[in-house]
Amino acid sequence: MFALDIQGLTKTYKGGVQALRGIDLQVQQGDFFALLGPNGAGKSTTIGIISSLVNKSSGSVKVFDYSIDDQLTLAKSCIGLVPQEFNFNQFETLTQIMLNQAGYYGVPRGVARERAETYLKQLDLWEKRNSPARELSGGMKRRLMIARALMHQPKMLILDEPTAGVDIEIRRSMWRFLEEINQQGITIILTTHYLEEAESLCRNIAIIDKGQIVENTSMKALLSKLNVETFVLDIEPVQQPPELPNYTTRLVDDHTLEVDVHKSEGLSPVFSQLTEQGVQVMSMRNKANRLEELFVRLVEEGRANAAVGA
Amino acid sequence: MINHLYFVALRTIWIKECTRFLRIWVQTLVPPAITMSLYFVIFGSLIGSRIGEMGGFSYMEFIVPGLIMMSIITNSYANVSSSFFSAKFQRNVEELLVAPVPTWVVIMGFVGGGVARALLIGIIVTTVAMLFVDISIHNLGVIVLTLVLTATLFATAGLINAIYAKTFDDISVIPTFVLTPLTYLGGVFYSLSLLPDFWQWVSKANPVVYMVNGFRYGFLGVSDVNVAISVGLLVGFNVLLFIVAYVLLQRGVGIRS
Repeated sequence: MFALDIQGLTKTYKGGVQALRGIDLQVQQGDFFALLGPNGAGKSTTIGIISSLVNKSSGSVKVFDYSIDDQLTLAKSCIGLVPQEFNFNQFETLTQIMLNQAGYYGVPRGVARERAETYLKQLDLWEKRNSPARELSGGMKRRLMIARALMHQPKMLILDEPTAGVDIEIRRSMWRFLEEINQQGITIILTTHYLEEAESLCRNIAIIDKGQIVENTSMKALLSKLNVETFVLDIEPVQQPPELPNYTTRLVDDHTLEVDVHKSEGLSPVFSQLTEQGVQVMSMRNKANRLEELFVRLVEEGRANAAVGA
Repeated sequence: MINHLYFVALRTIWIKECTRFLRIWVQTLVPPAITMSLYFVIFGSLIGSRIGEMGGFSYMEFIVPGLIMMSIITNSYANVSSSFFSAKFQRNVEELLVAPVPTWVVIMGFVGGGVARALLIGIIVTTVAMLFVDISIHNLGVIVLTLVLTATLFATAGLINAIYAKTFDDISVIPTFVLTPLTYLGGVFYSLSLLPDFWQWVSKANPVVYMVNGFRYGFLGVSDVNVAISVGLLVGFNVLLFIVAYVLLQRGVGIRS
C-alpha cells in the first residue's frame, strides 16, 4: 500500500488552463518525498487536489488506499496540510487555532490541549500561546502552520514551501523537526524552492513541469546523473586565463576562474596544473547546488523534448 | 464513533463562531441595543404617543415584537455572511475544507453561530424594550419557534450570500437593497389592515410579513396573517435554503477551484 497513489491526474481550470496533464505518482509509506518544479508547474494544484482544496478534472488519487472519490473522509483524516499561504485566522490566539484544528478532526478537547502544548513547545511557540496569530513573526507563523497540521496526528504531512522567507537558523531547526517526525513514521511530501532543503531531507523526488512529471526517482539515483560539476576558484589576480587542456574554463574576472570538472576526472589535476603555472588558489566552491544544476537541466530537457514533439 | 467526531467538529465550529462575535461585542452586540433604544424613544414614545392604538394595542406595544424580529433578521444574516466571507477572504475556510467535516456540519456550525448571536440580541433588545413598555406574552411556544426559525433562515441566507460573495461589497448589497426594504415593509411599524386591499395582497408576498406577524402573535395574540401559515412558510424556506447552501458548498462554489 502506498501512502499516496496518483494515476492519470488531470486538471483544467475554468479559463482553459491545463495545470495537470496526466500525472502518475506513488509515494511509499514513511518516505520523505520532494515534489519539485518551477513556478506554475502544477505542484500546488496537485497538493490542492490531494487535500480537497481543488476539484480534479480526471484521474484517481488514493491516500493510504482511501480514494478521495469514495472514501474522502478517511483519506482526509490521514493528511496534514501545511499550505504555502498563511491561512489561519489572524485574530485568533495560537491556542484557539490549535484547538479548533483538532476539533475539526473530532479530537476531544482534553486530548487537544495536551497535543497543543506538546507541539507548541516542540516548535518554540509555547510562550506565544495566548497571543493573536497576527503578532507572530514570519518564521513563527510558518512553524505554527506545521504545529497546526499535526494536531490530528496525520499519517502523511504535505508541506508546500514550508520554509519560504524563513532565516537559515529557523529553517535548519524546522528541518530537524521534520526529520524527527519522519523518523517516527510520518510520510512527508515537501515542495520547496530551496533545493538544498530537498537534497538534504528527501529520499525520493519527482520533478514536475508544465503539468507533467519529468523525473521520478530516488535522490541518490538522480544525483548520480550529474556528470559534470562547475567549481568557482578564487585565485590571485592573473592577466591571462590559465591553460587547463582537459577542462573547460572561464575567466570571469582577473581573480575568478570557473572550471567544469567531469565526475571521472577529479580535482587534483586542476590544482597541479594551476600550481605549475604559478596560479595561487585562495578558495573554492561549487557554482551551484548539485540538485539545482540537475533540476535546471531536467526541466530544460523536458521542455526541449516537448518542443520537438510539438 | 463517527457521529461523536461530527459532534466535536460541530461544537468546535459553533464555539469558534460564538467566540468571534463575543470578541468583537462592541461591533456586534452594542449597536443593536443603541439602535433599538432610539426606535423605542422616537417611534414608540415620541411619535407613538400621537399615533394612538394599532391593532388594539398601544403603538409601543405593537412595534416591540417587530423591532425585536428586525434585530434578529439583520444580525443573524450579518453574522454568518461576514464570518463566512472573512473565512474565505483570510483563507481559513481551507481549515474546514481539508478536514473530514461533512458539509451539513459546516452549515450547522456557521448557522448555529448566527442563531446564537440573534438570540442574544433578541434578549438584549427585549430587555431594552422592557424599560419602555410592559411586555406581555400570549404564547411562548410561538415566540420561540418563530424566533429560532427566522434566525436560522436568515443565517442560512447570509451563508449563501457569503458563498457567492467575492468582495466585502457583495455582502452588504443584499442587506441594503433587499433585506432592509423587506423588513421595513414587513409590518414592523404598521398593521397590514391600514393598507388598501391591493397593497395588503402585495405585502403578503413578502415573507418577512409572516415572520413579524407570527412573532407578534406570540406576544400580543393578534396577527395580520394565519400563524400556522407563518410557521409553515418558515419551515419551508428553511428547508429550501438549507438544500441550496448544501448543494453550493458540496460543489465547492466560491471556495474550491
